[in-house]
Amino acid sequence: MSELKLMKGNEALAEAAIRAGIDAYFGYPITPQSEVIEYLMTQRPEKRTGMIVLQAESEIAAINMVYGAASTGKRVMTSSSSPGISLKLEGISYLAGAELPAVIVNVVRGGPGLGTIQPSQADYFQSVKGGGHGDYKLYVLAPASVQEMSDFVEDAFNIAFKYRAPVLILSDGLIGQMMEKVYLKDQKERMVDEELIKKYGDWATTGKKDRERNIITSLDLQPEKMEARVHKLQKKYEQMEKEDLRFEKIQCDDAEYLIVAYGSSARIGQKAVELAREKGIKAGLLRPITLFPFPKQQLLELANQVKGVLSVELSAGQMIEDVQLAVQHKVPVKHFGRTGGIIHTPEEILEALEEHFLISANVLQ
Amino acid sequence: MDVLDIIKPENQVFCKTKLMTDASLSYCPGCGHGTAHNLTMEVLDEMGIVEDVIGVAPVGCSVLAYDFMNIDMTQAAHGRAPALATAISRLWPKKYVFTYQGDGDLAAIGTAETIHACNRGENIVIIFVNNGIYGMTGGQMAPTTLAGMQTSTSPYGREIETMGSPLKITELVANLPGVYYATRHAVHTHKHARKAKKAIRKAFENTRLKKGLSFVEIVSNCNSGWKMNPLESNDWMVENMFPYFPLGDIKVNGKLK
Repeated sequence: MSELKLMKGNEALAEAAIRAGIDAYFGYPITPQSEVIEYLMTQRPEKRTGMIVLQAESEIAAINMVYGAASTGKRVMTSSSSPGISLKLEGISYLAGAELPAVIVNVVRGGPGLGTIQPSQADYFQSVKGGGHGDYKLYVLAPASVQEMSDFVEDAFNIAFKYRAPVLILSDGLIGQMMEKVYLKDQKERMVDEELIKKYGDWATTGKKDRERNIITSLDLQPEKMEARVHKLQKKYEQMEKEDLRFEKIQCDDAEYLIVAYGSSARIGQKAVELAREKGIKAGLLRPITLFPFPKQQLLELANQVKGVLSVELSAGQMIEDVQLAVQHKVPVKHFGRTGGIIHTPEEILEALEEHFLISANVLQ
Repeated sequence: MDVLDIIKPENQVFCKTKLMTDASLSYCPGCGHGTAHNLTMEVLDEMGIVEDVIGVAPVGCSVLAYDFMNIDMTQAAHGRAPALATAISRLWPKKYVFTYQGDGDLAAIGTAETIHACNRGENIVIIFVNNGIYGMTGGQMAPTTLAGMQTSTSPYGREIETMGSPLKITELVANLPGVYYATRHAVHTHKHARKAKKAIRKAFENTRLKKGLSFVEIVSNCNSGWKMNPLESNDWMVENMFPYFPLGDIKVNGKLK
């Protein structure tokens, strides 16, 4: 049983958080994601499920509230937009270092600096290359629809608790603000404290009862111990690559040209593939659903099949570095993307594809 | 009474604080942190609440508090302990949640978290050890460094004109409605330590009664940072720190003194 509603992406995410039975949300307003906390406050989740929602004094306080809640084994989430995520990065690094499960949502806007409140995908580097200090990675899910804004909340928590690691939902102002129909899942019960203590008692700081004390820290002053901690984290990331990679292939079977795009650009890219096919150009789309892990192997296989790869994102070209690494110079790789909050059209993508791979090829012939 | 009688448990008049681990303290000899740790753990033990205590350690000299306090503890990022404690207390309302922080952590980098946790009246205890200097990083100027006091980043003494005045954060937060109890103590003599312990006990009793935030400042020495021997540093503290940071209650049962 599920409920069909017309909702904004940000609202669908918030509603999904309540329905997933999560314990707490801590946030701070910032455009274009303020609807998340606004919706939560309107819904009185404390009455609906006992979920705690608190508006913190800053993004820094919010992520550290997340850290506190996560250290006690609770399911906890925060959301923000680009400049706010920059502020949260110290806390995110601590979450990774202390091996705590939590979900962070970035509804990306254009940058750098205060940038713009319009949609962007320019936080790719920050999201998948660590972002904060130290040797860590985030498991990054990139929703491309309001439905996925809703569905990925529970998926993100499952991964966060599977690995005891922070997970990032990397959305953008387009997905966050647009309205679509969404099938909402049924309400799940929140975990009661007794069950939580039983399940996570070997690490969570819930009070020292019938066991040795638990300590949550990311500090190891002995180099050997710190190195062991870093190696343990890298093992998790290897396992994520093996077990939890997600991607989608659209019309790739006979593709001669490949568009690689995630999130909102994947939606637009899919239309560009349709337009290309109408013109007789055999285009296909590879959509990474997880940005880390990245579908490297799938890209390499497609590189042996296609004549050119166009990496499309709402940025000056960030994901293209991972695409190039995966393709290993087997075919030309080009970037296309508008910035500054401008959203590229399917026609612009097709034009870029033709310009880079078809017109120049014709000229050479 | 022979030696064997003396060491019998029923004849012991004093024993090591039960909730302190056997790890040797990382603090300099003569530092007040060890006593402040002891007092806090004695209170938790005497109240019989160890199963329900969650502590938050700071960044600073007491970053390793969790090595010494035999309770469940989480180590916070620099200054953010009150944010962690807020979330823990909200999600575990029956637990006793406390932060243990120094002056750099609480009154400089963590000022916003401190003030807002106090203003929301979170049902937590903040134990604030103020020694007027950054101990762990090697004796730099703190927000509570006294006027004219020499540190490695105020080598010619703290100049009020350019570096501001030492921050009386306890007085500042005491003015917030969410703070139920604000008090300032010291631990350099038995008499002072006993008083400080009473204050810590009162703070945790306030948590039990869900009265809101209790803020216990402990003015301490930092003989290494102040570049004195422990006895000199205690004397210096009495002569210089106490006049600016006077000991005693600032707010009790929600009423300013």
